[in-house]
Amino acid sequence: MKAKVYVTLKIGVLDPQGKAVQHALHALGFEGVGDVRQGKFVEIELDETDRAQAERAVDEMCRQLLANTVIEDYSIDLED
Amino acid sequence: MKAAVIVFPAATSDRDTKVCLEQSTGKPVHMVWHGDTEIPDVDLIVLPGGFSYGDYLRCGAMASHSPIMKEVKSRAKQGVHVLGICNGFQILCESGLLPGVLMRNAGLKFICKDVDLRVENDTTPFTRGYGKGQAVRIPVSHHDGNYFADDAALEKLEDEGRVAFRYLANPNGSRADIAGILNDKGNVLGMMPHPERLADAQLGGTDGRPMFDALTEALS
Repeated sequence: MKAKVYVTLKIGVLDPQGKAVQHALHALGFEGVGDVRQGKFVEIELDETDRAQAERAVDEMCRQLLANTVIEDYSIDLED
Repeated sequence: MKAAVIVFPAATSDRDTKVCLEQSTGKPVHMVWHGDTEIPDVDLIVLPGGFSYGDYLRCGAMASHSPIMKEVKSRAKQGVHVLGICNGFQILCESGLLPGVLMRNAGLKFICKDVDLRVENDTTPFTRGYGKGQAVRIPVSHHDGNYFADDAALEKLEDEGRVAFRYLANPNGSRADIAGILNDKGNVLGMMPHPERLADAQLGGTDGRPMFDALTEALS
């Protein structure tokens, strides 16, 4: 099974990198670009075959290491 | 005072800190590898500046799970004084010994320069060599020094007098101009500026020296 983890800054936490990307997109002439938020994407290969177990394990990985929940949210997609 | 400096892979200020501590204490300083699980009987543990684990994932995230950190946390709980400088501050936040987190500088650039700080709390062993409100010049050298904590955590820090140092001219976007904070018991200090880098007249300043002298006096 494969887990795809998306780590993003919480709403309300300033994202200067996202802001810089937004400015760069505007400078390149891309019209209609609104707020840009930058995050992280982590792909994890798992031996686990049980979805519920896998979800629990990855959730624990996120809380212990992959995300800092002071400033970041995370979401998990599991693929067979 | 007996002191130990924890050496993480890609630490850069570990030796400067050791020299600085030895000048103040007149005693050899223990250098403890991050992969070790024991720390000698000491009065002060320093997590030095640097770029442990190449700042992978988040600054200090990997180092906060180093084998030695279990012992650092346990000693901190017992009341041993712990000083985290720069990357050390980031590690203390990631390990939960201090609240909040250090984010990418608001201007996105690495900043390496002397900055002026105001001493906000002069009652701790770390800071009692200074006077409350005193301005001190100490260098910063970081890419991720932008202190963030939510409103409730900030209010608690302020109410409990746990902001130790504030920037006079905020270089990195830190909330409330915070440059250094204390834990609730006052035995753990994390700060982004590097006192060990301006503690010798030959290096252009000595405003960092009172911190090491005060610790030596208080913890001996």
